[in-house]
Amino acid sequence: MAKTAAPRVSALSPAEYDAYRLESAARRSFLSKGAALAGGVAATGAGLAQAAPLPIPESNKAFGKPIAETDYGLPSRFEAGVKRRRTDVFKNRQNFSDWSMTPLADQHGTITPNGLIYERHHNGTPDIDPAKHRLVIHGMVNQPLEFSMDDLLRYPSVSRFYFMECSGNGLTDWLKAASRTVQQTHGLLSGGQWTGVPLSWLLDEAGLTTGAKWLIAEGADSSGHLRSIPIDKALDDCMVVYALNGEMLRPENGYPLRLFVPGWEGNVSVKWLRRIKVGDQPWYVRGETARYTDPMPEGKWRIFSFDMECKSVITRPSGGMNIKPGAHEIQGFAWSGKGRITGVDVSVDGGKNWQEAVLEGPVLDKNLTRFRYRWNWDGTPTTIASRAVDSTGYVQPTVAEMAKVRAIVGFVQHHNGVFPWSVSANGEVKNAIA
Amino acid sequence: MRSPSVVLAAAAALTVLGCASQQIAPHPAAKPSVKYGHPVSEADIALWNIDIRTSDGKGLPQGAGSVAQGKAVYEGKCIACHGADAKGGTVYGPMVGGIGSFKTNTRVLTPGSMYPYAPILFDYIRRAMPMDSPQSLSPNEVYAVSAYILNLNGLVPANAVMDATTMPKVMMPNRDGFIVDDRPDTKAVRCMSNCR
Repeated sequence: MAKTAAPRVSALSPAEYDAYRLESAARRSFLSKGAALAGGVAATGAGLAQAAPLPIPESNKAFGKPIAETDYGLPSRFEAGVKRRRTDVFKNRQNFSDWSMTPLADQHGTITPNGLIYERHHNGTPDIDPAKHRLVIHGMVNQPLEFSMDDLLRYPSVSRFYFMECSGNGLTDWLKAASRTVQQTHGLLSGGQWTGVPLSWLLDEAGLTTGAKWLIAEGADSSGHLRSIPIDKALDDCMVVYALNGEMLRPENGYPLRLFVPGWEGNVSVKWLRRIKVGDQPWYVRGETARYTDPMPEGKWRIFSFDMECKSVITRPSGGMNIKPGAHEIQGFAWSGKGRITGVDVSVDGGKNWQEAVLEGPVLDKNLTRFRYRWNWDGTPTTIASRAVDSTGYVQPTVAEMAKVRAIVGFVQHHNGVFPWSVSANGEVKNAIA
Repeated sequence: MRSPSVVLAAAAALTVLGCASQQIAPHPAAKPSVKYGHPVSEADIALWNIDIRTSDGKGLPQGAGSVAQGKAVYEGKCIACHGADAKGGTVYGPMVGGIGSFKTNTRVLTPGSMYPYAPILFDYIRRAMPMDSPQSLSPNEVYAVSAYILNLNGLVPANAVMDATTMPKVMMPNRDGFIVDDRPDTKAVRCMSNCR
């Protein structure tokens, strides 16, 4: 095999570097195999305990990738499995009104990377030129107003950390363990730092007239998705958001502008926000009557169930993983749409006894809080679960407790039940909701 | 003119003061005095102003459509996804039936069984349907296809015509089927030992 001369540093582009690295790796692999055969050395595959010293990593012995003139960084090729995924438990027959889920077991810390924020669209992602985008506020206001993106970016900005969760998170796993992984059971959940303008500033500028009680927020997508929202909430903590985690929103998260309604079900945080109309009563549109309502006993439906109540889940270990006896740090997330997390308890004996987990700060209002609990698994089969408490004193319920007061029938939203994972004798971790 | 030493001393004092009382923005943030919105008139945004307050039909436009006209619109533009007679097709489930199913263990959700107010049909079809070309139907077409769906659900007669006056008067079976959010509805206890 002819040896290729190493390229000159000044001549190497990032693309050429990739080709060079692959070529030189192949060459080294060929040479080492040849040497092994010549020396009659048999590889034993005995693991870490080996007589030979650690070899010098290949990365120490070749060019690194040069800095490109312009670039947008992406995860390592070895992290290719960390992806948003549509669920394969509930399959839609089209992918325009559909959803994809955040890989929570692979999320470290409380910020969900922008490429992994969960998606729920009602007719796909639009491609919107911010120079042409307008937000209009009208209806029961003294002066209807129009804002360009440039206008909105001129206001002093506000940045806040909040979780966002779809009301349908967990809907496949009430009475049967349909999902395998925590991405499928809880992945309609993300968290991050949202930047924009308080909606109250814009409403004040337009001037609410007497009797204004509700508004409707409408998107510029091809479903024209819209939701009625009480004015009290709009004036309290809603934001008109243009950025998330330090950069402008991704198209699938509402670029260039979305509403953000802290602590409430995700679909009221209307993406691609183009219009807010103020009125004196709700509109009762399809999305808040025939969808995003909750079945209740006696054939009834709960409407305007906006709050995402206190909830938690263990992400490590979780469904689909395999563990060995010994020391483990149980990790997970807790969150509440009604306040701050004040405690998380973990059970490692199927819910008989509970111990307080450690919360990792900062513990913020309506944001993801990470919890940790050190556990020494002795190898006997068991079930683990977490249970969160929030600053209102509300304790995360079990499905059994919810089933006493709601109708768990059909397509059921607002599953904030305690979620158990079973661990078998051979270390397999499985969904144990039922 | 002040002496340089006075200016320097003042600057030093400010620096010290600045360090001692570094300001953290309050929450909620203080409202600024700036105003960047541009006045518009309702006429300017007439094409955007398409929401219908479905409980009384406020916002329904001029126009009308019959069940028969709706059948023609449906078979031309809706049937591919929703199937013949709105019984369900390749992409979506049925839009007929389900009335009376909510007290069973198999609730069937259709516009007929679920919508509390008939104008929801107009609002939703106009803004979102057909999925590949929303807002392409004329008001007459939207009224007509709404009339057709309502008729298939047995909620209006075959000779019905839907318009801004007749549509809000259609009595929908699930009109009183909703209860306003009354959560928290569970009272879980934070039991720590020997809980089960």
